[in-house]
Amino acid sequence: MRRSTAPSSRAKWAFDMDLRFSQEEESFRQEVRAFLADRLRSEYAELVGRGGPGDEHELFEERVAWERMLGRDGWACIGWPKDYGGRGASLTEQVIFYEEYARARAPGRLGHIGEGLLGPTLIAFGTEAQKRRYLPPIVRCEELWCQGYSEPNAGSDLANVQTRADLVSGQWIITGQKIWTSLAARADWCFALCRTDPAAPKHKGLSYLLVPMRQKGIEVRPISQMNGGSEFSEVFFDGARTPAENVVGEVNGGWRVAMGTLAFERGASTLGQQFAFENEFDQIIAVAKANGAAQDPILRDRLARARIGLTVMRLNALRTLSLMQDGELRREAMIAKIYWATWHRDLGKLAMDVLGAASEIGESEPYGLTSLQRMFLFSRADTIYAGSNQIQRNIIAERALGLPPEPRSGKG
Amino acid sequence: MYFAFTEEQEELRRNARRLLETASTTRDVRAAMATVRGYDEKLWRRLGEELGLTSLAIPEAYGGAGLGFVELAAVMEEMGRALLCGPFFATVCLAASAVLTGGTEEQKRELLPGIAAGRTTATVAFAPPSGRWDAPGSGMTYAARDGGYELSGTSAFVIDGHSADLVLVAARPASSPSDGGPAIFVVPGATPGLERRARTTMDLTRKQAELTLRQVRLPASALLGAAESGERTLARALDLAKVALAAEQVGGAQRCLDMSLDYAKTRLQFGRPIGSFQAIKHKLADMFVELESARSASYYAAWVAAHSHEELPSAAALAKAYCSDAYFHLAAECIQIHGGVGFTWEHDAHLFFKRAKSSETLFGDAAFHRAVVARQMGL
Repeated sequence: MRRSTAPSSRAKWAFDMDLRFSQEEESFRQEVRAFLADRLRSEYAELVGRGGPGDEHELFEERVAWERMLGRDGWACIGWPKDYGGRGASLTEQVIFYEEYARARAPGRLGHIGEGLLGPTLIAFGTEAQKRRYLPPIVRCEELWCQGYSEPNAGSDLANVQTRADLVSGQWIITGQKIWTSLAARADWCFALCRTDPAAPKHKGLSYLLVPMRQKGIEVRPISQMNGGSEFSEVFFDGARTPAENVVGEVNGGWRVAMGTLAFERGASTLGQQFAFENEFDQIIAVAKANGAAQDPILRDRLARARIGLTVMRLNALRTLSLMQDGELRREAMIAKIYWATWHRDLGKLAMDVLGAASEIGESEPYGLTSLQRMFLFSRADTIYAGSNQIQRNIIAERALGLPPEPRSGKG
Repeated sequence: MYFAFTEEQEELRRNARRLLETASTTRDVRAAMATVRGYDEKLWRRLGEELGLTSLAIPEAYGGAGLGFVELAAVMEEMGRALLCGPFFATVCLAASAVLTGGTEEQKRELLPGIAAGRTTATVAFAPPSGRWDAPGSGMTYAARDGGYELSGTSAFVIDGHSADLVLVAARPASSPSDGGPAIFVVPGATPGLERRARTTMDLTRKQAELTLRQVRLPASALLGAAESGERTLARALDLAKVALAAEQVGGAQRCLDMSLDYAKTRLQFGRPIGSFQAIKHKLADMFVELESARSASYYAAWVAAHSHEELPSAAALAKAYCSDAYFHLAAECIQIHGGVGFTWEHDAHLFFKRAKSSETLFGDAAFHRAVVARQMGL
């Protein structure tokens, strides 16, 4: 009886739990690592560790050149189908790529909004003509994208967007305001959630439009942020235009498309990002060893807690990846955003506490801060953008745990 | 890379769950915890004889099923979920690990088949009465005597120490009790001079005893392996036990979330289920994040226990630290979400809360293990 329920031979188990990567995956990793090391050693050496959150304006033209090189050499948008310029990489390969990218301290991406958000959305919801028109220039870094979602009165309550789009003789005429738009000043295109039927319930009158940024009728005003930078902008639409066919999905069916994009925001690239955090963490450990903070029992405890938290973040990602192999993101994946955002925000505070008195001293006039100071300040945004921690908790509670929704006022 | 259970492992888990759901209900748990022995012997036999759970991680050469720690962890998770009362943890996860790690070939052949078959219960006694988890064997000494050994001293916080058939006792050399490493001795429960005092435990579902040995004479064959390897054996056995305990903590935490969710969906106040209020749903969301993360830590540690000797100390410390905090947090929130009824003896919340606290403390709490991690980081 006992043998029937507890099989006695290991060999008959086909897919045993195995946290090691396969030989093919390891050789893929070596290929990525060698490629990045080669390019970052010479031609693009000045880009190592530059760009990214809190550092978005640095060496812009050089980073465009870097991304064009990535596209030429087949290392951009690797998860996309080959037909549209990708390499059809598996989810695991994508994670390996992003891990190696971070490990090599390759420059922060500019094309990530097109690659990570719009591209997957078009692949899922776009027409064949839209895919052929818009995907290849993203791979080649010829067109940069920005995301027009949030508005002054539509933050967490995204479905409350008021920006109007009206179809007038074959053109959408757009009027309204978007805010918190990353890279708006540099972007060639914007995917914007606009109200196209003001009479419909609020989730049902929205459309997902592709709008050229370089036109009369669009004005971009950078927002001065608490970290001294201005990654985010306000975008004012005053009679801006885009052709009628530039709608993704159904007219008035934009909510479903927009939610799809948000799901991609939690995709493979965030699974690979712990390695960027590893670099920051290593820097903090080095400070702690050098200035004696490592001897402080409370800081030791917090450093160990951060170490454990980061390892668990990676384990969560690997487990999500394994559960995802059959396609669907499972409910376990919903914890990723709140987990990394909270961990990273805590790391920012820990970095300052480890630095102690030195945490107050910047690098240069007028407000030139160190990378750890910039990380500390920018990390306050982590738990707000892309769905605040409070919204993440609502999503987890209602979609993963099946709790009843908060009664909401307003139509729809 | 595949970080999930196989269908066969899930089948094993389902079988364990099916039995435990009917045979270890909280009514059964309450009956068992009220007894001196602390568990239902009939259920204990079924776990061994019917499901073969006691044999899982023991090699076939010693009467086991020859599976591994991943399977053991899956079963421990179910036992935690069912709040099983019984000598499974002390016998299978702790004592068998010590014998497998440090025993001679002859000792393995002698001791392991009984454990695998569910006939023998066992435990390890290593903690001094001071409760210091990092001074194993202090408080107990051994000396060579008449071709054998003589043991004297007190060992406390011994899981199931009052009932175990075999006790593996860690002791320091009487000649140098402060700097000599511990050796481990196999002491039958009925040995003359061994006094076993069952202690009143706050967590009634896991019994502890204090063991006093007064000039207990043992044959030379009672020494587990070699005296020099005792420290390594004990460290590895404890690491393996911590990995198993982390899995049990995940199972208990899962049950706390399940109970809290059920209640939040059905309990009405202000004309709404309390789970529709963000004050409650955000608690539950945080509990889910903690639980799933603890699960990742626990599964990782189980995989390491099965595959990597070098990585085990860090994986065990990580899992024990993370899962201890997570289980306590979920058990505490479970009481809070239930409100007044959660504070009653009749409600089950306190059973899990107390198990969460005792598991957190056992073998070192989260802060203890974060200090271990800090040392491993070179801080």
